[in-house]
Amino acid sequence: MGLVLLIIIWLITLISAYFFIAKTWWLPVGASAAAAGIDHYFTVTFILMGIVFVAAQGILGFFAWRYRDRGSSSVAHYSHGNNRLEIAWTVLTFILFVGLNLMSSSIWASERFRPAQAGAVQVEVTGMQFQWYFRYPGPDGKFGATKPELIDPSGGGEGAVGLDATDPAAKDDLVTGTMYLPVGREAEVILRAHDVIHSFFVPAMRFKQDAVPGLAIHMHFTPISTGDYELACAELCGLGHYKMHGILKVVSQQEFEAWLAARETEKQ
Amino acid sequence: MATGEFAAHEAHAHAAPQGFIRKWVFSLDHKVIGLQYYFLALTAVFVGMFLSLLMRIHLIWPSVSLPLFGEIKPEAYLSLLTMHGTIMVFFVLTTAPQGGFGNYFLPIQIGAADMAFPVINMLSFWVTFLAYIVMLSAFFVTGGAPLHGWTGYPPLSALPSAGPGEGLGADLWVISIALFCIGALMSALNFITTTLDMRARGMSLMRMPLTCWAWFITAIFFVPLVTVNGQLAGHKGGSPLLWQHLFWFFGHPEVYIAILPAMGLCSQLVSVFSRKPIFGYKAMVYAMLSIGIMGFMVWGHHMFMSGMSPYSGFAFSVMTMAIGVPSAIKTFNWLGTLWGGKIRLSSPMLFAIGFVSLFVSGGISGPFLAQPVLDIPLHDTYFVTGHFHLIMGVASIFAATYYWFPKMFGRLMNESLARWHFWFSLVGTYAIFMPMHYLGMAGHPRRYSQLTEVGFLHNLLPLQKFITYVAFITIAGQFIFLFNLFWSMKFGKKASDNPWEATTLEWTTATPPPHDNFAGRTPVIHHGPYEYSVPGEPRDYVMQTDPLTVAVR
Repeated sequence: MGLVLLIIIWLITLISAYFFIAKTWWLPVGASAAAAGIDHYFTVTFILMGIVFVAAQGILGFFAWRYRDRGSSSVAHYSHGNNRLEIAWTVLTFILFVGLNLMSSSIWASERFRPAQAGAVQVEVTGMQFQWYFRYPGPDGKFGATKPELIDPSGGGEGAVGLDATDPAAKDDLVTGTMYLPVGREAEVILRAHDVIHSFFVPAMRFKQDAVPGLAIHMHFTPISTGDYELACAELCGLGHYKMHGILKVVSQQEFEAWLAARETEKQ
Repeated sequence: MATGEFAAHEAHAHAAPQGFIRKWVFSLDHKVIGLQYYFLALTAVFVGMFLSLLMRIHLIWPSVSLPLFGEIKPEAYLSLLTMHGTIMVFFVLTTAPQGGFGNYFLPIQIGAADMAFPVINMLSFWVTFLAYIVMLSAFFVTGGAPLHGWTGYPPLSALPSAGPGEGLGADLWVISIALFCIGALMSALNFITTTLDMRARGMSLMRMPLTCWAWFITAIFFVPLVTVNGQLAGHKGGSPLLWQHLFWFFGHPEVYIAILPAMGLCSQLVSVFSRKPIFGYKAMVYAMLSIGIMGFMVWGHHMFMSGMSPYSGFAFSVMTMAIGVPSAIKTFNWLGTLWGGKIRLSSPMLFAIGFVSLFVSGGISGPFLAQPVLDIPLHDTYFVTGHFHLIMGVASIFAATYYWFPKMFGRLMNESLARWHFWFSLVGTYAIFMPMHYLGMAGHPRRYSQLTEVGFLHNLLPLQKFITYVAFITIAGQFIFLFNLFWSMKFGKKASDNPWEATTLEWTTATPPPHDNFAGRTPVIHHGPYEYSVPGEPRDYVMQTDPLTVAVR
């Protein structure tokens, strides 16, 4: 019985660890400036925790077999513990856990403690059941006013966010269902939600942030390679949660400008 | 003090009831109430499991039409997950180890004749029962059960227009939780008073079995916890983030509280079946206390992505990593207890070892989620689901069932069936929840009723299918347990008073215990609960009521 237990625990450990190490399923390829740092740190944590995992399961299985009851030949060792050992493993785990934490704090700080740089591309991201809308301020660089009473999802993008057409700053605002960003430039996203909480999740950008009704949350990230990236909603928002998704298209600066200009012409 | 204690014991003595209703329905006997809680949790766990099976079916075959149910719609899927989570967290994980085993064995293990307030004890069960009925009734009202998840974030949970089930269903849901908390509060006051006032002579706090410590600490932290829930239920307006703060200030300690009795049970069993004293008894007590206290300071780790200040996120992260320390200490002490032991791999011990293994596996994914930077990709994905299910300690409920069944019903459970149940459960649990970590790393968000819409989920379907198939097999394995439980009540081998050769007080009395637990005797305790394999003793265990014949250092 002890041997079976040892084999099963070790097998479970090896198989579980194999799929992590082989990266059969892993984080999607990163495409933002922060991704490399986050992924590196993920790997560091993964290696440390992996060692703890394999060691603890290995010892558990081994002890269950090694110290099994073997009749009269085996005698249990009478001991109530060992204070020195207790102190040693308390201090060690404290250093490991809190140390890990401090190591990662600089990445968190660079992501979240500073505002977006001047000159970042501004996009307002609005979540509503079950659609994402993206608003660009247009050539004037200013977002026009929106009003809750003007919200009309049937009226397309502008209607959906409740854009106030009487505000001069709103005249050149663009509202789209697909997000465009130029590569290599920081993007400042301003997250809003109309009805319930949503969460703006772009796996390839290592970006996730809730959009909360009543709050405008300013965040930033920098895409570093062009391509189409899927984005989704990560906070339960109702029966259509599973289909609340969209595309982020990261393009060159020229293409981005051309796209913006084309949309402006379309709108006029 | 002595007269006070004496008076207290007198006041709680009550004659054994005769009629069926007083004996089995509105019973004042903590043992019957413990069984009532246990069977409530047993029905709840099978309901919860059945709901999860429907979810698994819908996930991989979204358009299949089931007999009786028809097609499961996306909103029905969300109701299923809401009710699955709520029922499992409150009516299983909180109810079975604390309400069930705690009620039955806390008084016996400390040498008391009953709980301090038997009437309140009876009421606490019936309020919990009412809460359970109200919860289930949400399925049958217009709009059906709520779909806001067990966390109930507003505005989704607050606006009837937010989706089906958010009207009457959501009202019933919140009423049920409020009732549950009233029941839990009454029960907690009972546990605290009983532990403090009704211990037998010689049973100092530091001689209590770790199970009693776990139930005691759990009860203490229940009091502030459910008071917060009172605030929750009456809350109107304000920022959606305020609810999240309140909810997690309640919800996070709630899940820690669900795990504490599991830890106590595991400690008990590891010592009994290793035939060794528990390694570091005091360290275990302090670790549980610090988990209880720190459990109240980490709620913000559920909110790194919520719009909460990133500076708070950093502070919560440090606290959360620090709470990993007492959890690790417990694991080290369990391994330390096994080391050099003479391990009997009976079914309770198999499940206790399984619990340690699962606790380690669920524990090491904690530091990923506890750090905001790594939480960015992992938050609200299946990684969290996997982490939570591995760590929540269901194995200890099974372990405790196999361990105490002989005392509760006078018969042993069938050992071969128990072993088959163990292999099914251990391998099944890993095969279901380990792949969820892979899904989460690949970016699979939780609470998606289908994988059909989002492109990057398409190639995760095979893994989801695998999980569903294993879930079928693992759930089938649970019927071995159910059969064994009821079959053994009637046909199991007759158990002696102390079949596991354990030292604590429940094994000194008759099987099943008489109405007043010790048949008029009052036990006197001579030493701690883990005197196994004491050199020089004739047997490898010394009951707590027997003096040690040799001097122990």
